[in-house]
Amino acid sequence: MSELPGDLQFTKDHEWLRKEEDGSVTIGITDHAQSALGDLVYVELPEVGQDLETGGEMAVVESVKAASDVYAPVSGSILAVNEALGDDPEQINNDPYGDGWIVKLQPSGDDAETMGPDEYQALLDELDA
Amino acid sequence: MGLKTPLYQQHVDAGARIVDFGGWDMPLHYGSQLDEHHSVRKHAGMFDVSHMTIVDVHGGDATLFLQKLLANDVAKLSKRGKALYTCMLNPTGGVIDDLIVYFLTATEFRLVVNAATREKDLAWINEQAAAFDVTVTERENLAMLAVQGPAARELVAPLLPEDTRDAAMQMAPFFAVESADWFIARTGYTGEDGFEITLPAAAAAALWDGCVAAGILPSGLGARDTLRLEAGMNLYGNDMDDATSPLEAGLGWTIAWSPEDRDFIGRAELEKVRANDKRQQFVGLLLESKGVLRDHQRVVVEGKGDGEITSGGFSPTMQRSIAMARVPAGDYDQAQVEVRGRLLDVRIVKIPFVRNGDIRIEL
Repeated sequence: MSELPGDLQFTKDHEWLRKEEDGSVTIGITDHAQSALGDLVYVELPEVGQDLETGGEMAVVESVKAASDVYAPVSGSILAVNEALGDDPEQINNDPYGDGWIVKLQPSGDDAETMGPDEYQALLDELDA
Repeated sequence: MGLKTPLYQQHVDAGARIVDFGGWDMPLHYGSQLDEHHSVRKHAGMFDVSHMTIVDVHGGDATLFLQKLLANDVAKLSKRGKALYTCMLNPTGGVIDDLIVYFLTATEFRLVVNAATREKDLAWINEQAAAFDVTVTERENLAMLAVQGPAARELVAPLLPEDTRDAAMQMAPFFAVESADWFIARTGYTGEDGFEITLPAAAAAALWDGCVAAGILPSGLGARDTLRLEAGMNLYGNDMDDATSPLEAGLGWTIAWSPEDRDFIGRAELEKVRANDKRQQFVGLLLESKGVLRDHQRVVVEGKGDGEITSGGFSPTMQRSIAMARVPAGDYDQAQVEVRGRLLDVRIVKIPFVRNGDIRIEL
């Protein structure tokens, strides 16, 4: 089990968020999520400029075996999407916390229900048990 | 915890992600399902298929019994070891299971049926067998390893019993050779050359380890499914079931209509479906855009009505999404599939998509 990056926040839906210095957040799915999904073959990304409510469908990640929704962990407007995933969705498998980022979002509120690395690790330990 | 095959420990040691499959703890993949898929297409991979059910049918009436039980005709078989793919139908013409029957002699046959349908298959076979002079024996304490891919046969040959080696390498596709409890068939579920090797459970781990040492990549159920989908091979429970006619599941080629007086179970109902030119057809779909087609998605055919994807997924060989689907009768080459509320264009194509490493569809 690899160590969780300490600068990230996590959701119970196995997404991660990183608060950037400019106030935006970068969002992806966790190592646990990519491992459970298996090899990813397609990522459906939102439009830049699209507004999302907390819990709204933000992206879809499809592995060989299943499609899985990625929900907006916080309300806001899409600033950028990781276009490289179009040709190489496996970047999420290979580097979920780096090159496998999915979107950058400008939050419009502070309503994210997130947890820190320790709490998320406890959730994963519970799932493994 | 589910049932475990004699190779369970090998899977765990190889780092498999284990999932439940019809009550069995089976490997889904050992890291990358895509790598496993490509390995089978380009080199060699192996699958533990020990969960499959092996049934020996012996007795003076064995041929007569199987001519009644099965929709294909075992009378086509006369050479020892010859295999035949067939459906076993219910009286309403639905598919109880699909299986491979091997001819040994006119009084000795072997059936290999699906794992998930084991209980209903055995109950049905035994019920039908009561009226015939046959004994039906489920074989236990055997393992089965499918070694598949263009290099598979050469790589595994040195690991086969010495008295079968030459015969195994020389036999044509869809034949088997035997030696004691080893049964080596040139069959598979991937669209590639290879063997399905039945052997004593106690010998399975050694064969597995030998295959690993020979460079044959352990491959799981995930790759098995994408390989068989590309190869256009039906999966029981997805593409056909007890309520589906084989004529609407792309399995018409497995029905032996002649001789006309062979009264196999399900024949009368099947004749009615055969006479109905409005019956649904079974086709391949190629998604024109990015995305992934999935089981049970709705197929929309303008002016004809709706159909349904029975098996859909991503083709690692073609790098496109493909599917098999039951769709309305008619001659057309375009349709749409509803994916998360949107209609995506698909092309109707001929199955199979991939065979012996080659893409058969123009992309």
